[in-house]
Amino acid sequence: MIVLQNISRIFQVGDQQVYGLNDINLTINKGEYVSVMGASGSGKSTLLNILGLLDTPSLGHYHLLNHDTTRVSEPERDRLRREHIGFVFQSYHLVPRLTARENIELPLVLAGAPRAQRKAACDALLERLSLTDRAGHLPNQLSGGQRQRVAIARALITQPQLLLADEPTGNLDSHSGSEVITLLEALHQEGITLLVVTHDKSLGDRAERHLEMLDGRIVVDTRRSRRAASLA
Amino acid sequence: MNLLDRLEFCQQAITRHRFRSAMLMLSVVIGICAVIILTSLGEGARQYVLDEFRQLGSNVLIVLPGRKETSGGLPSFHGESARDLTLADAEALERLSGVIKTAPLIAGLTEWSFESRHRESFTIGTSQVFFRIRQLNVQRGIPLPSIEVGEAQAVCVLGSKLKQELFGAQPALGEWVRAAGTRYRVIGILEDKGQAMGMDMSDAVLIPVASSQKLFNQEGLFRVFVEARPGSDIEDLKRRIEHLMRDRHQGDLDVTVITQDSIMGAFNKIFDILTYALMAIASISLLVSGILIMNVTLISISQRTEEIGLLKALGASRREIRLIFVTEALLITLVAALVGLVMAYVLLAAGRYQWPQIPFQAPLWAVWSALAVAVVSATLFSWLPASKASRLDPVSALTQTQARK
Repeated sequence: MIVLQNISRIFQVGDQQVYGLNDINLTINKGEYVSVMGASGSGKSTLLNILGLLDTPSLGHYHLLNHDTTRVSEPERDRLRREHIGFVFQSYHLVPRLTARENIELPLVLAGAPRAQRKAACDALLERLSLTDRAGHLPNQLSGGQRQRVAIARALITQPQLLLADEPTGNLDSHSGSEVITLLEALHQEGITLLVVTHDKSLGDRAERHLEMLDGRIVVDTRRSRRAASLA
Repeated sequence: MNLLDRLEFCQQAITRHRFRSAMLMLSVVIGICAVIILTSLGEGARQYVLDEFRQLGSNVLIVLPGRKETSGGLPSFHGESARDLTLADAEALERLSGVIKTAPLIAGLTEWSFESRHRESFTIGTSQVFFRIRQLNVQRGIPLPSIEVGEAQAVCVLGSKLKQELFGAQPALGEWVRAAGTRYRVIGILEDKGQAMGMDMSDAVLIPVASSQKLFNQEGLFRVFVEARPGSDIEDLKRRIEHLMRDRHQGDLDVTVITQDSIMGAFNKIFDILTYALMAIASISLLVSGILIMNVTLISISQRTEEIGLLKALGASRREIRLIFVTEALLITLVAALVGLVMAYVLLAAGRYQWPQIPFQAPLWAVWSALAVAVVSATLFSWLPASKASRLDPVSALTQTQARK
């Protein structure tokens, strides 16, 4: 599903070139559950941005679902991002003036989906994430856990194949955090490809595949079988 | 994103950020209002001055004693000359072909009194024809009697303000007022027309010309108004008047004949300067309102870098982001422009009510250019920063704001 070939991302800082990513090769298959860990500045956020088509690599090729994203035009990348990728951010990034329902519907609105379809999809997600009675609330009327659930619902409404989560529990207490993780893992069980960037080792260890980054390179790539994971 | 959704999205952004929208609208409203009101003031002043001169009428010529070398400038009432302009001259002028009537005029200051009240007033000796030439009407009574110009009669027509000062609310018609020991019967009160050609008629007294010759003890006229037949050749008539006057005055051309054209010509430069001043005022206020709109739009959009990054992460294209922000700016500007327009017209109507003699009127070009500047600056200055923000990589747009928080 994801194939990265010799990906580098070079930032120009003054007259120095800094490698955000240095010659990364990585293949992620459909349905995998991957965690990425590493110190600040190790390049994990840059990797996430590249995977999410929010940033383009300086060198190398990135194939997503058999599209060479480094060769297609920007509108085409926008379309791929809209149709196949969902994002969950540490600080939720909900639009403060929009209600929970309006925030969740936003990606479909941007995609130009008809009203009836938006409502049906949104109702189903609200129900599933037990947010139905919060649909009309503004983000500042919701708890942190609820906000992150709204953000996840927004990421899911386009039925993406790839879900990218950047420190999804970073701003949450442990109870809300484990709720969110349970939710993400349930989605993974249903077949979504899940990639979580985190500082939290206990969260990182739950994944089937574990990547560790240092100075723009992947230094650890370990895998556990599903069975081993469920036994642990 | 389809159009209806975009409009709804923008409408939410406007109505749910009340303070920000109100500030933006305020700047547009002030901008539009300023342009329209300032240009209306200028245009009103210009029209006022123009109308003053037009009141003379294009078929009226003025003959005054003395030779003025310049073609323009308002000649003094007390022209000095070797030879007087006489009532006989006025009658001779009336016999020229192409002339309907002439009105002689003598003017001076006299003290008028009624009972114990005294007023120093501008006194005009003339005939009934003067009323028609200067479009004067009486609100009560009758104008000066149509008598031979040589015949004196002790009657007068009072300006409305003078009547008020001498009589108050009391009826004045039929009463006797005194000037220099002579009594004059009040036969008419002038309509209140305000100032005309530098003469405030509301403060004046009109009496038959022969009476004024006695009052001022002088034969010579200050002016003769000549009313030409409509459509006649004014320049030709002017030459014939000069010819006739030279014949009557032993071969000396010692009178000046002025026409509306010659006065207007002399004031053309002033009108030009007024017009330029008007254009300068308008462009300065347009510039100011443009900058006002620019600033608020810029600030409003740079506050929303996070939102732009988010929209991009959710799959909005750069084009879509620009469209959203331009639509929002246009919506807000159009509504605000409408409010500004209505406000400006209300203020102008109030101005006309307060000062009816000045024709405050928004010039159409000012209205359109104010609207155009508002729309163009709102579009441009929402498009530029939105376009810049949409080029930012979304994650740094998102984290920038995070770092600020």
